[in-house]
Amino acid sequence: MTEFVIQSEQAYAKVWNKARKRQRLHSFLKGLLFLLPSILLFSVFLFYPLAKTIYLSFYLTDASGATTVYVGLENYKQLFISPIFQKSLEVTFLFVVYTVPGTIVISLFLALLANEKLKGIGIFRTIFSSTMGISVAAASVFWMFLFHPTIGWLNQMLATFGVDSIGWLTDPDWALFSVSISTIWMNIGFTFLILLGGLQSIDRYLYESADIDGAGYFYKLRRITIPMLSPTLFFVITVSFINAFQTFGQVDMLTRGGPQNETNVIVYSIYQEAFMNYKHGAASAQAIILFILILLLTFIQFKLGERKVHYQ
Amino acid sequence: MSHIEMENLKKTYDHQQNVLDGINLEISEGEFFVLVGPSGSGKSTLLRMIAGLEEISGGLLKMNGNVVNHLRPKERNLSMVFQNYALYPHLTVEQNILFGLHARKVSKSEQKKRLMETAEMMGLGDLLKRKPKQLSGGQRQRVALARAVVSQAPICLMDEPLSNLDAKLRAHMRMEIKRLQQQLGLTLVYVTHDQVEAMTMGDRIMVLHDGEIQQVGDPITLYNEPANLFVASFIGSPKINLTRAKVQDNQLYITDELKIPLRDTFLPKKELIVGIRAEHIQHATDETATHELEVITVEHLGNETSITFSVGNDYWTAKWIGQWQLKAGDKVKVSLTEEYLSFFDPVTEELIQPARVHAKEDEVVAI
Repeated sequence: MTEFVIQSEQAYAKVWNKARKRQRLHSFLKGLLFLLPSILLFSVFLFYPLAKTIYLSFYLTDASGATTVYVGLENYKQLFISPIFQKSLEVTFLFVVYTVPGTIVISLFLALLANEKLKGIGIFRTIFSSTMGISVAAASVFWMFLFHPTIGWLNQMLATFGVDSIGWLTDPDWALFSVSISTIWMNIGFTFLILLGGLQSIDRYLYESADIDGAGYFYKLRRITIPMLSPTLFFVITVSFINAFQTFGQVDMLTRGGPQNETNVIVYSIYQEAFMNYKHGAASAQAIILFILILLLTFIQFKLGERKVHYQ
Repeated sequence: MSHIEMENLKKTYDHQQNVLDGINLEISEGEFFVLVGPSGSGKSTLLRMIAGLEEISGGLLKMNGNVVNHLRPKERNLSMVFQNYALYPHLTVEQNILFGLHARKVSKSEQKKRLMETAEMMGLGDLLKRKPKQLSGGQRQRVALARAVVSQAPICLMDEPLSNLDAKLRAHMRMEIKRLQQQLGLTLVYVTHDQVEAMTMGDRIMVLHDGEIQQVGDPITLYNEPANLFVASFIGSPKINLTRAKVQDNQLYITDELKIPLRDTFLPKKELIVGIRAEHIQHATDETATHELEVITVEHLGNETSITFSVGNDYWTAKWIGQWQLKAGDKVKVSLTEEYLSFFDPVTEELIQPARVHAKEDEVVAI
């Protein structure tokens, strides 16, 4: 009798396991179906190009980009002894250091101002975020006029104060700085908007409670606003960081990497290598190095940042 | 030291809509004062005006005889507990409690002393190093109270502090807040939409509706002699039974069949609204019965039974002590007499005459 029961239970377990497996497969396939559009898009525009770039970086190519000779790691070795690539690494790092803190600090300041409840504050919010709607190309043209050595407003303003004119985009000492300023201006819109959103999502009761407790403006800023904003700040810093590493448009428009490679950031150097020197293999190797660099730095950022960010 | 006065206090938004209209009120020192009303009645706005978080559109707000309309929240020397507690999620319990003292630059030793006292009083000693999200709802509530206590402000404002707690904890915290208020001698202004909280905690209650004061008084007065229909139906659970009735030949006609003889009551109106509390519809024996009513539903609460009767087009609820085995459709003998009835004007909705006899007053006094 007992044997019969055990047997039937085992038999049931088998059936049950089978049914469970089928259900799992079913829900897996269903999930896959939902992901299909993204998987397709990512494959075409991200995974395939990445694989192709890695592949190309081991080859020499002809002008059309077709592979000719397999060279292994030779492209990478060449890069590390190339003074031009080293220069472009240095320039990229400097560019990041110039633009990221500047963008964040100015945007945070503007966001704090625009977060106050004042009449007509909407106008200022629109103005401060407006650069988000301007394309890099249009903004570069606009800045090109400002930087123009003779008719540019910047030099004309300097002239009224009796200061010698500056070769904003032509002087090797100034070019990177000028490009950085225009980049900061272009990035402010996006950063401002995200930070303002972060500020607005902070519970107003916290401020009211602090008001009753007798906290002043800067005390509230230091003890409430900045800690509560830290997840947003962290996001904005990470995104700006990655964007700064990938800058191309304004360099291409304003300086074309010059003068004396002073603004030749990595992405611009990739572009030059691939589409002007037709060395797709070397360009791919640079792209891979940039990818690894950003990956590493972002990873480090997350490790350092996590401790200081207060997620709710 | 901590006396609050309001003279013709007003609040309007955009110079149009009157949120609060001419509030005159005095709250004395050491009083537990409850502002109660449905949502949108303006009670939180009034509290926020006292706190200084909301601008005063008109009238005077005085504390200890001095006008404080223009003072900022931090200059009014008060503490406040918010509905969602407003704890700083990134700070520990200790830092949360000391936030205000730190901001006011109270000395380190004084901070420590007050922290210890408060933590002891609120039973937070073991939780000081935790973050708010690691605390239960009741513990968060205690931290919020501790923040008010540690400030040693003589006036404390509370804005629906118990509405995020479950029923059991709420009953417990009601008692704790009341105890705390008495122990510290605080002048407490307490906002709630829950009439049970108002009745159980308040020394005095103000009922607010659509920005106007309906009645101010101690809980029992509000219950026994509600100034109008709104207060009558707002205070008391279950709700008071209200029905339109007619007076003819010294008889009160609630329906054509259901009439109550009026011997000692003189009523100036022909038509009025009659109110009777659930506990005043009493079960009767054959001798004492005056009426027979049909049972609609029966709810058992264990120690008492709530029975709904059909009376004309209305339903009346009675509350009887004990467990009554009744079914829907049963006819039950009850006693309905004039001394338990309150009368209201159907047009102005004001009270004409309160019930003369209240909840078994004589028996309570005898005990």
